[in-house]
Amino acid sequence: MTLMNLAQAITDGLDVALAADSRVLVMGEDVGRTGGVFRLTNGLLETHGAERVVDMPVAESGIVGTAFGMAVAGLRPVVEIQFMGFSYPAYDQIVSHVGRIRNRSRHRFTAPMVIRMPYGGGIGAAEHHSESTEAIYAHTPGVKVVVPSTPYDAKGLLLSAIEDPDPVIFLEPIRLYRAVKEEVPAGRFIVPIGRARLERSGDDLTLIAYGSMVRETRHAADRLAGEGVSVEVIDLRSLVPLDVETLVGSVRKTGRAVVIHEGHRTAGFGAELAARIQEEALYSLLAPVQRVTGWDTIFPLKRTEEYYLPGVDRIVQAAHRTLEG
Amino acid sequence: MLQILTPDGELVGDPPMDLELTSRLFEAMIAARQYDRKATSIQKQGRLATYAPFEGQEAAQVGSAAALRPDDWMVPTYRDAAAMWMQGYPWTHLLLTRMGDERGGSPPDGVPVLPPSITVGAHMVHAVGLAWAERLQGSDRIAITYFGDGATSEGDFHEAMNFAGVFRTGVVFVCQNNHYAISLSRGRQTASETIAGKAEAYGVPGVLVDGNDLFAMYQATRDAVVRARDGSGATLIEALTYRLGPHTTSDDPTRYRDAAEVEAWRARDPLDRVRSYLVAAGAWDEDREAAVAAAAHDEIDRAVEEAEALAPLAPEEIFEAMYADMTPELVEQQRWLLESRGEYS
Repeated sequence: MTLMNLAQAITDGLDVALAADSRVLVMGEDVGRTGGVFRLTNGLLETHGAERVVDMPVAESGIVGTAFGMAVAGLRPVVEIQFMGFSYPAYDQIVSHVGRIRNRSRHRFTAPMVIRMPYGGGIGAAEHHSESTEAIYAHTPGVKVVVPSTPYDAKGLLLSAIEDPDPVIFLEPIRLYRAVKEEVPAGRFIVPIGRARLERSGDDLTLIAYGSMVRETRHAADRLAGEGVSVEVIDLRSLVPLDVETLVGSVRKTGRAVVIHEGHRTAGFGAELAARIQEEALYSLLAPVQRVTGWDTIFPLKRTEEYYLPGVDRIVQAAHRTLEG
Repeated sequence: MLQILTPDGELVGDPPMDLELTSRLFEAMIAARQYDRKATSIQKQGRLATYAPFEGQEAAQVGSAAALRPDDWMVPTYRDAAAMWMQGYPWTHLLLTRMGDERGGSPPDGVPVLPPSITVGAHMVHAVGLAWAERLQGSDRIAITYFGDGATSEGDFHEAMNFAGVFRTGVVFVCQNNHYAISLSRGRQTASETIAGKAEAYGVPGVLVDGNDLFAMYQATRDAVVRARDGSGATLIEALTYRLGPHTTSDDPTRYRDAAEVEAWRARDPLDRVRSYLVAAGAWDEDREAAVAAAAHDEIDRAVEEAEALAPLAPEEIFEAMYADMTPELVEQQRWLLESRGEYS
């Protein structure tokens, strides 16, 4: 066990995968000599060589499309896109080919690959650097979408994703990269894709979050606990496949749910969660499901991003609304 | 422009193959045309969905594919049935792709041909990844990719050529410049004098080839394959050819081109010149051609029968090839579909 932050856990996971499996390679813009814009691939070039840690020209569609070809030919590429906001040129590759090849060839060809991308705001980054459009990827058939919020889960989910027989979009909450440290086992271990994590048990209310919003949600739960509310917190970890059982089981118990994400509200992933809850737990609900999300605005720049990002106050307010219901 | 056999069947260079191989490839061109015409005809009967004919492009496809090793990767488009068949893709599977059956995209094991790309452009990059992966795995398999003149306007053409240049991947890029991207003529696609000339910007050799000349296509591709296999990198081949038919069976080419232009190209039919050459060499006659055409006709008829005899996928099967294992969500959706059809038990 070593104390690691989320960024270090991902670096460690990449290192473990590269060492264990010669089919794995890491490719992306600036991932080699500089160790990535967030330094998550730091040291990998030195350890594993330039054939397996590849600095790519600036062309996201080309990078993902090339990785797709590599995956079809038997490798296990792990692509780093510098920011989610730069993934859109590659979206055609993802929706038209990466997520499609297994079906359009009826299992004859497959593309086991991982596309990592930092997402979300909170660090006052430049325009396009704070996107949280995970709903686009969750809406794309044929790919899996995972979002860790802790160092342990980040490494375990990454190793799962690399070993997965299908393509995985791996979202990394930028502002949690170096937020906290926790003990992370050395070497290989996995966190299975498709299972939510019960962050906290409670009886009155379920807060459902993932990735960057888990920390805010935990703080909101603390405040609510101080008010005497017994709060259950679920960290989804995986959007596709979704752990409906855990989600619905919790709401059936508590009767109240708030879903929280920083992506835009309209057609955001929270809409899917609210729909699933009302489909499967309507008669347990004591109040309408509340959504706490980013607004349907362009993500604001540094000076105003706090207006956009869901924080403890908004989560607690939404919780109060469900408790009044 | 590289040309070895003129439209009249005269040699203007050394033939890159003997008469026996020439005859075999001519047989393949005859079979390809039979397939193309059969597919067009049964589409009109409603037995295929849309079909994209390649008549006029047989030399470009057969000549280039003949220069491959059977284990070389091919990343084709929807108009490359002849090249795919040359690389082992069965007629039956090609027909299934056009009948609207995903199993058409699943060639037999050992056929290294991806299902035809329907989107224009993105697939060229896949060839870069395939060839690169083979090199990393210690193999000398290369990748060939086909695309049209229209695809060279896509950003992915640039990205694929650029990557292939930077990483010296073993890719053969075959642009079948058939002069039209649906209705848009080659002159409106790019201001470049030639498409082959674009290769220079990527540090990759570009070769302009008479795409209706079987010998020129074979030779240019063979040279490119040698380069790709020995680690020297990629080549862009511009095969100057012409789509004699419509873009697809839904297209009306009289809206955008003159009959006279089509007739001028029909006079440069890629089959005619090989036939003239073989007849002059005493290696071909009408009887043989009739026999080859009849055999191809029968083989393709059998493929049509086989494809049509295959029952459509069952409702539950549309969910079964999304992931290695169905997600719980898909299992649920599968059940709903079956319930809605009264088929769930």
